[in-house]
Amino acid sequence: MTAVSSPPMITIRDLHKYFGEHEVLRGIDLEVAAGEVVCVIGPSGSGKSTLLRCINRLEEPTSGTIVVDGDEVTAARVDLDRVRTKMGMVFQSFNLFPHKTALGNVMLALRTVLKLDARKAEARARSLLEEVGLADKADQYPVRLSGGQQQRVAIARALALSPKVMLFDEPTSALDPELVGDVLAVMRKLADEGMTMVVVTHEMGFAREVADRVVFMDEGIVVEQGPPAEVLVSPREARTQSFLARVRSAG
Amino acid sequence: MNTFVDEFLNLDVIRDMLPELITEGAKNTIIFTFFAFTGGLLLGLLVALMRLSRSRFVRWPAAVFTDVLRGLPALLTIFIIGFGIPIATGWKFPFERYFPGSLALSLVGGAYISETIRAGIEAVPRGQMEAARSLGMPHGVAMRKVILPQAFRLIVPPLTNELVLLFKDTALLAALGTVAGGKEITKFARDFVNGTSNSSPFVAGGIMYLIITIPLIRLVALLEKRAKVSR
Repeated sequence: MTAVSSPPMITIRDLHKYFGEHEVLRGIDLEVAAGEVVCVIGPSGSGKSTLLRCINRLEEPTSGTIVVDGDEVTAARVDLDRVRTKMGMVFQSFNLFPHKTALGNVMLALRTVLKLDARKAEARARSLLEEVGLADKADQYPVRLSGGQQQRVAIARALALSPKVMLFDEPTSALDPELVGDVLAVMRKLADEGMTMVVVTHEMGFAREVADRVVFMDEGIVVEQGPPAEVLVSPREARTQSFLARVRSAG
Repeated sequence: MNTFVDEFLNLDVIRDMLPELITEGAKNTIIFTFFAFTGGLLLGLLVALMRLSRSRFVRWPAAVFTDVLRGLPALLTIFIIGFGIPIATGWKFPFERYFPGSLALSLVGGAYISETIRAGIEAVPRGQMEAARSLGMPHGVAMRKVILPQAFRLIVPPLTNELVLLFKDTALLAALGTVAGGKEITKFARDFVNGTSNSSPFVAGGIMYLIITIPLIRLVALLEKRAKVSR
């Protein structure tokens, strides 16, 4: 799947991350091609969320390099705010701004970061809300929205700055089961449109159908990766096998 | 019983206090409160942000400020500003009627308000800052547009309470010598008692305070109840 001709969208080299004494990431190497959808799976505590949060440096890597779209995120003098505009992030707990309407949530970065005038920002925000199927909820505050609706607003917000990469940190884990589908549908649409996506998830069905590649992590390393048909159906590593067996018996 | 009414509720004495009890006393109490609260709010915000700084050289002076000013009796702070500084430096305050008293109360109020604001900022979930920063907002913009609006909503009840405390603390300014026309309610009542040898002016002054403080106290209670409901 990885195209040879064009440079990768994301390159991670020998990434290590310590929380105090505890080494959460123990040397991660990963490349994500432009337009590729990579699902990262693994047991809780395997470091998959930390890996994702290192990519936009919400988490400070201890060592290693990360390059996104030609910018070294880990460089000491990088303009982090500028580089972050290339990456949209979607959180497990949505993290919508509760004092802003759905529209206001999507508009805020357009106004403060891109410095668009109010009318342009609003037009763009409305079209984004329409894309996630929530045009009619533009004026609602987050508390009035269901979890699934909140997460779709959060996706629209993350898309506002036209990022090159979307990072999803367990986007459906906090949702009631009946609300998961709408969010996954929006993500699938994004994938079909050619967005580069890194998705930390427990949704094996989504990984199987949408991912170009599945990465299995355990105890801070990438244990196994490959096309979903291989990793999810006939994994080589014992750790992957036992993880998938546990997930299946739970689900 | 008659002596009691005569001493504390003597309407003739109270009538003599009008209209100056309102046009001078209450007016000045409100002016002092306004400046002290506005100054305290600005100072409190600055100190709260300093205390949340990553640099210990910024945090440290802010921590010393809050600890010292919360540790000192307000009256002593008022004396230091109102008497100490002019005596030590020979410097005369500009706008002498209001400036020294307002400054002293701003410092006291700012120390307490900074702790309230800091608690409010810390009560905003961490994910809010992360969401803002992940969108490429610089730290200052995220603070102004995302964190502080939420923090201020949380702290409206305790801030209103600080306002009540400052309003009452203006009475301590009675201990400073006043410039003509600068008496607040307590000083005004005290001087009236001296002139009449009757205690009714204290009661009249007290009523003036309660007219303002009781609605504010009820408002705080209402705001706190509403804040609880909306959670």
